[in-house]
Amino acid sequence: MDVVLHQVLAGLATGGIYASLALALVMIYQATHLVNFAQGEIAMFTTYIAWSLVNAGVPYWPAFGITVAVAFALGILIERVVIRPVENAPVLAVVVVFIALLVILNSVAGWIYTYTIKSFPSPFPKEPLFGIRYMSPHELGAIGVTLLVLAALYAFFRFTPLGLAMRAAAQNPQSSRLVGIRVGWMLALGWGLAAAVGAVAGMMVAPIVYLDPNMMGGILLYAFAAALVGGIDSPMGAVIGGFAVGVLENLLGAFVIGNELKLTVALALIIGVLLVRPSGFFGKVHVTRV
Amino acid sequence: MKRNVLLIAILLIIACALPFVVSNYRTFQLTLVMVYATALLGLNILTGYNGQISLGHGAFYALGAYCAAILMDQAGAPYWATVPVAAAVCLVAGFLFGLPALRLEGLYLALATFALGVAMPQLLKYDHLAKWTGGVQGIVIAKPEAPFGLPLNADQWLYFFTLAITVAMFVLAWNLLRGRIGRALVAIRDQHIAAEAMGIDSALYKSAAFGVSAMYTGVAGALSAIAIQYVAPDSFNIFVSIVFLVGIVVGGLASISGALYGALFIQFVPNLADEISKAAPWAIFGVFMIGFVYLMPTGVAGAIRLLLAKRRSSP
Amino acid sequence: MKAKLATLAAMAALAASPAHGQKKYDPGASDSEIKVGNTNPYSGPASAYGTIGKTIAAYFKMVNEQGGINGRKVNFITYDDGYSPPKTVEMARKLVEQDQVLFLFQTLGTPPNTAIHKYMNMRKVPQMHVATGATKWDDPKNFPWTMGWQPNYQTEAKIYAQYIMKEKPNAKIGVLYQNDDYGKDYLKGLKDGLGAKAKSMIVAEVSYEVADPTVDSQIVQLQASGADVFFNVTTPKFAAQAIRKAYDIGWKPMHFLNNVSTSVATVLTPAGLEKSVGLISTAYIKDPTDKQWANDAAIEKWRVFMKKYYPDGSLTDNSNVYGYTVAITLHQVLRQCGDNLTRENVMKQAASMKDFPIDTLLPGVTIRTGGGDFAPIESVQLMRFDGKQWERFGKVLVSGG
Repeated sequence: MDVVLHQVLAGLATGGIYASLALALVMIYQATHLVNFAQGEIAMFTTYIAWSLVNAGVPYWPAFGITVAVAFALGILIERVVIRPVENAPVLAVVVVFIALLVILNSVAGWIYTYTIKSFPSPFPKEPLFGIRYMSPHELGAIGVTLLVLAALYAFFRFTPLGLAMRAAAQNPQSSRLVGIRVGWMLALGWGLAAAVGAVAGMMVAPIVYLDPNMMGGILLYAFAAALVGGIDSPMGAVIGGFAVGVLENLLGAFVIGNELKLTVALALIIGVLLVRPSGFFGKVHVTRV
Repeated sequence: MKRNVLLIAILLIIACALPFVVSNYRTFQLTLVMVYATALLGLNILTGYNGQISLGHGAFYALGAYCAAILMDQAGAPYWATVPVAAAVCLVAGFLFGLPALRLEGLYLALATFALGVAMPQLLKYDHLAKWTGGVQGIVIAKPEAPFGLPLNADQWLYFFTLAITVAMFVLAWNLLRGRIGRALVAIRDQHIAAEAMGIDSALYKSAAFGVSAMYTGVAGALSAIAIQYVAPDSFNIFVSIVFLVGIVVGGLASISGALYGALFIQFVPNLADEISKAAPWAIFGVFMIGFVYLMPTGVAGAIRLLLAKRRSSP
Repeated sequence: MKAKLATLAAMAALAASPAHGQKKYDPGASDSEIKVGNTNPYSGPASAYGTIGKTIAAYFKMVNEQGGINGRKVNFITYDDGYSPPKTVEMARKLVEQDQVLFLFQTLGTPPNTAIHKYMNMRKVPQMHVATGATKWDDPKNFPWTMGWQPNYQTEAKIYAQYIMKEKPNAKIGVLYQNDDYGKDYLKGLKDGLGAKAKSMIVAEVSYEVADPTVDSQIVQLQASGADVFFNVTTPKFAAQAIRKAYDIGWKPMHFLNNVSTSVATVLTPAGLEKSVGLISTAYIKDPTDKQWANDAAIEKWRVFMKKYYPDGSLTDNSNVYGYTVAITLHQVLRQCGDNLTRENVMKQAASMKDFPIDTLLPGVTIRTGGGDFAPIESVQLMRFDGKQWERFGKVLVSGG
C-alpha cells in the first residue's frame, strides 16, 4: 500500500507540472476559443528570459516579476502581430500559424541558448517539508503557486468587469462589440495573461525538469490531456485534470502497462475524453445553433 | 483542358528522361520528391478538400513503411508486393481512425491527431511488438535491383517504379476528386450542415476520406522504406507530420498539383536552409509557413492559377 | 667507369630516398585538400550533440591555419540530419556522391549510422570513428569500412557487472534505462556480464522515454522493488533528476552511473553535489569541470583552443572535449597516411594505431587498434565521486575486444 501511496504522491508532483501548463492552455481558450499548440514553447522561451536575468545577477523574485511582465507584453505582441492577420481565416490557417510559432520559438531558443541543459533556481527551501520525502519542497511549493494562480484567475473572471468583458468577447464577439467592448484588445489581453501564466508555469517546472529548449515538448501533450479531461474552458478543471493525469499515468505505468506506453495513455485519454465527454468534467457543454 | 493534357505529357516525358541525365544522387532525391508528393496528396484529400485537420499523418506514413519493411524482412515478400498490402492496411486503419474522428471538429481533431503523431514512435518501440518491428534497432531492407536484366541501375529502377505508382495514384485522385465525390467532400468542408440537409451521407464520406487519405500516405511510406532501405522509430516522430502540413500549406490546399509543389518544397528547402544557417533550419521553415499563410493562402498552386487567370483575362 | 659509378650512385640515391614521389588519391583527396564528410544533429531532439560537429570543425580550422596536414588543408563538410535516419541516408549520399568526400567521420547516433552502414561498406567508403557507443561497429570481418571510437556501452556495463559480482555477490539490481538502442545496449551488456546470475540478480528493469518530463515515478518503482544496486542508464537531464530523486526519497543503493552522464557541471551540480556522493562510473576522457583537471595542461590547451576557434562553445560541456579528442585522433590518422590518401589506406592507418597518446584522455588510456581490432579506445578506469571530484581507483582496465 505504501508503494501505491508513493506513486500517488509522485504523480501529484508531476501532475502539478501538467496543471500549471494546462492553466495557460485554458486561459488562451477562454479568451480566444483557440487551442494553442505553441503555448509550451512560449512558456519555455519566457523561462529562458528569466534564466538570463538570474544569470546576470538579478535576484530571484525581481527576476520572476520582470519575466511575468515581459511575458505579458510578449503575449500581447504575438496576438497583435502574428495572430491578428489570421483572425478570420479558416481554422487550418490558425493551426498552421500555431505550429509555425512552435517551431520558430523552439529553434530560436536553441540557437540563442544552445541545447545543453541549465539549472534553474527554486525559491523554496531545500529541506524536506513536514517530513514528506516523496515530494520535494519545490514540488509542493509549485503546486501552491499553481493553486494561487488558479484562485487569481477564478477571481478575475468571476468578479471583475474586465474578466467578464473578456469572457463575453470570446463567446460572442458581435454582441460584445455592440455593448462597447473592445474585442480586439480583449483578445490581446487574453494572450498576454496566458503568456504570463505560462511563464509562471515554466519557472515552476524548470527546477524540476531542468531547462532546455525541448523542456515543454513532452509536457505539452499531457497538459492537453489534462485540460481536456478537466474541461478546456474551466481553470479549476485544468488543475484537477492535471493532477488526475499525473497520478493516472504513474499508477498505470508502475502497475498496469509498464512505462513504455505512457504516451499512448495520453493519446487514449485525449481521444476518449473528446469522444465521450468533450466538455470535460468541469467544463460547460456547448450547443451550436444551426 | 487540352493545354493541361499537353503540359502533363511534357512533364511526364521530362520525368522519364531525368534519371538518365542527372546523377544517381539526384535521382534518389527525385524519388523522394515523388514519395512526398503521394503523401501530401493523401493529406490534401483529407485536410485540403475535406477540411479535416490532421497533425498526425506521419503515423500512417510510419504504418505503411513498417508494413513494407516487416513483409520484406520477416515474410521475404518481394518489394513490389508490399505496396498494395501497405495500401490496404492503411485504408482500413485510416477508416477506423476516421470513425471516432467524426465527432471531432477543427481544433479538437487537430489535437487528437497531434497526440497520435506524438505517440507513434513510442508504439513502434514497444518491446512486446519488437520481434516484428525490430524495436529500437529498426529493420534494414535490401535494395531492389532492376528486373529482367534491364540496363538500369538500382536508383534508376526505383525511380521508375515509384514514378509508375505515383502517376497511378495521382490519376486515381484526379478521377475521385473532379466528380461527385470531390464536390461532396468540399461541400462537407464548407457547409457541412447544408450538405447533410442535401442528402450527402457526411459520416460515410468523412470516414472514407480518412481511409483514402491514410492509404495514400501509407503507400508513400512503403515506397520511402524501399528507397531508404531502413525503418526505425526515430524516423517517424511528430516532425514528419508537421512537415507534411507545411507541404500542403505551401503547395496549395485542395489542389492536386499543390502536392507536387509542396513535395519539392519540403525536399529541397531544408537543404537550402542548412546553407543559410545551420543553427535554425526549423525557424526558417516556420517563417515560410507563416509567410505563405499570410501572403499566399492558396499556396503555390493557387498563385500559379491566379497568374494564369490574369494572363488569360488580359488582352 | 665513371659513368657506371655515376649511374650506380644515382640508383642508390633513388633507392634510399623515401617514396615521396608516389602520391595516391581517391576522390576527395588532392595535392591541396582532403575532403572529410560528416552528419550531426544540429536540429531536432538530439541537437545537444550538435556541438560535437562544431568542435570538430573548429579544430580543423585551427589545423588549416597552422599549415594543414602534410601541406593539405582539411575541408570539413558537415550537414544536419536532425537525428533522422532518412535524412542521414540522403546527406551521406550527398557527401559521397555529390561532394565526393574521401570518407565520412564521426557521423552521430546509432540509428543514423545503422541506416548508412550497408551503403558505406558497399561503396567502400570509410565510415570512420562513428559517434556512438553501440557494439556493432567493431566488426571488420563483415563491415571492413566501419570503425567506432569511444569505448562501447556493453564493455562498460560488463565492467560494472564484474565489480558487482566481486563486491556484492548477493546484490539485487534495479536498472533504469532510456528506451532506445543506447539504453538497451547497456542493459544487454550488464546481463551478459552477469551471465547465468542475471535473471536472479536483476530485480527490476524500468524504462523511460526522452519525451517523459521526469523519471520520478521510475525511481519510486525501483526503490519499491527492493533493489540495493542501481544501474543508471540515463542521458544528462534524466541522470540529474534520477540522482536527485533517489537521494530525496532516501534510497541509498550502490549507484552505477553510465559514462555518458558523468559531467560535474552538467549533471552532478544540477542534481546536487552532496546528493552525488558515492556514484560509481568509468572514464576514459578528462572532464573539464572536474576540479582535479582545473589546472591540467591539456585542458588548459583545450580552453585556449575553444576561446579562439569556438568561442560560442561551452567550456563546461564535456562533449566539446570529446569532439576535440576525436578530431586529434583523425589528425594523427591522416598524418600517418602521408601522401597515400586512398580510402583503403585511411582505413589501414586507422586500424593500425599503436598506443597513440592524446593528452585529454585519462593517463593510461591510448588509441590502439590493430590485428582486426576496430575499437580504438577500450581502456577505461573505474571512478567514484566523493562530493567534489571523481576519484579514479583500480587499474586502467583494457577489455579484450
